Amino acid sequence: MTTYSSLAQFAQTWGLVYFFVIFAGVLVYALWPSNKRPFDEASRIPLRED
Amino acid sequence: MARPVETKAFTLEEMGYSLFLALLAVVCVILAGKAWDWQLAVHATVGAIFAAGGIFLIIKGYQTRLANPAMEIDGKPNYNMGPVKFAAIASMFWGVAGFLVGVYIASELAFPLINFDLPFLNFGRLRPLHTSAVIFAFGGNVLLATSFYVVQRTSQARMPGIVTPWFIVLGYNAFIVIAGTGYLLGVTQGKEYAEPEWYADLWLTIVWVVYLLAFLGTLWRRREAHIYVANWFYLAFIVTVAMLHLGNNVSVPISPYSLKSVQVFSGVQDAMVQWWYGHNAVGFFLTAAFLGIMYYFVPKRADRPVYSYRLSIVHFWALIFIYIWAGPHHLHYTALPEWASTLGMTFSIILWMPSWGGMINGLMTLSGAWDKLRTDPVLRMLVVSVAFYGMSTFEGPLMSIKAVNGLSHYTDWTVGHVHSGALGWVGFVSFGALYCLFPWLWNKKAVYSLKLVSWHFWLATIGIVFYICAMWVSGIMQGLMWRAYDKLGFLEYSFIETVAAMHPYYAIRALGGALFLLGSLIMVYNLYMTVVHGEDAEGVTAGSPALAPAE
Repeated sequence: MTTYSSLAQFAQTWGLVYFFVIFAGVLVYALWPSNKRPFDEASRIPLRED
Repeated sequence: MARPVETKAFTLEEMGYSLFLALLAVVCVILAGKAWDWQLAVHATVGAIFAAGGIFLIIKGYQTRLANPAMEIDGKPNYNMGPVKFAAIASMFWGVAGFLVGVYIASELAFPLINFDLPFLNFGRLRPLHTSAVIFAFGGNVLLATSFYVVQRTSQARMPGIVTPWFIVLGYNAFIVIAGTGYLLGVTQGKEYAEPEWYADLWLTIVWVVYLLAFLGTLWRRREAHIYVANWFYLAFIVTVAMLHLGNNVSVPISPYSLKSVQVFSGVQDAMVQWWYGHNAVGFFLTAAFLGIMYYFVPKRADRPVYSYRLSIVHFWALIFIYIWAGPHHLHYTALPEWASTLGMTFSIILWMPSWGGMINGLMTLSGAWDKLRTDPVLRMLVVSVAFYGMSTFEGPLMSIKAVNGLSHYTDWTVGHVHSGALGWVGFVSFGALYCLFPWLWNKKAVYSLKLVSWHFWLATIGIVFYICAMWVSGIMQGLMWRAYDKLGFLEYSFIETVAAMHPYYAIRALGGALFLLGSLIMVYNLYMTVVHGEDAEGVTAGSPALAPAE
């Protein structure tokens, strides 16, 4: 196989795994129960007057 | 309480910028003398004048400033809003200029006579002037103003530096002047949305890196534990635009005294890099950064926190990880390998999800406060902008599908799509932010006239509808005429017949653009009156010692 086709094949297969893992990680971080309180607080940052 | 008298000294920062600008002025003078092209000589002269002006401003600033700007006054952050004000005003100036050029070139397409056979009024030169003026000059200044405002307020910290914030804002506008005058004089490297030549690119790189450092510096000083989501979007915008700008401008000047440069990439590689850049200019400049505006200004104006902070996190990461791969959809049916083209299309379709997630998050922030739309035209503008965002992020993926693209590409449908995003989403969210920002920055109770905001809103909305409907009809008609064959397999229409058929739609488009321009003029009047004649907000004490300039 040429460098081009092996690189292309690598991108086309492992790319899927890469994106899936990252997306799963983001979902876990966003939905982690103990993160709820800090997120709710953070959402009020613009409304706080100084 | 009397403040202790601090001794004032020329800081290292002021010294550094002065030396840098002095050096730059010398280089510019040498360039102006030895330049091969008269356009480069003109630009080098302008550069030398700007650099000298910069040194003058630094020294004048040093003479008038207090010892050192306080980080806090009476326990409250002493925000640096001067550069924010400048960028906000500059955005209105460039906005009107850019819209005006847009209306003019739209009229040129309908009535070619009005280019008067003058080279600098030619569509080819004015078109990049229009796109750069509205995207980089208007949009860029809106982003400078809002990003510096938002990052300071949500971090509860003053941005770092005395000269630095002004260097960024003025330096960016100097880039705009060089780029814009270059187009009129015929200076371009011929890359869409990346037309400025190598020397302007180098200057922008310096300004942009300083911008990134100042933004990070403000975040570094923050008093909030969490970095608010709007800042994430702004940061993604700054970092990615730096990367795109460097990636797409890998070019070598044929001589330091020449304005011409040669691209390092060639052929389809160059095309791919260009559209990787081009599409992400849309994704990170016109989308991510303006989403930063949405995530701050919509909650602020509606006086409720964003609908779901968790959704905003998923929105952010999904958007930035997917957008960067969508560029190849600009190169369907070209020399680009089929799989890369399919990849671009697939990612464009996946983008539907984060885009609409963001749209839902913005719109649902109003749940329980929908009645405010009736009374507050500024909020209406912000909400309609999010609706336009939803609409154009639906249309975009649709057009990226190869079969659809075969019909839509190279036609006015693309132009209509871009403008539903640019006028509807970017324009309206910027106007909404400016209507919020002006009273806040100048400590006024409210905008001078909400009635005029309503007029702006309706004129601009009707203008957009005229514009995009005309372009849909014209674009689809154009695409169908191009691919129409007669019984013998010959093309049914000559090219000029398609041009003639589009004439009425071009006239309607120019009318739509004129209405949008008229609306923006009303905004300029309204905001001018807000600053000059607006009622002061409560709690503003005139002549408070901390705010009075030292003599």
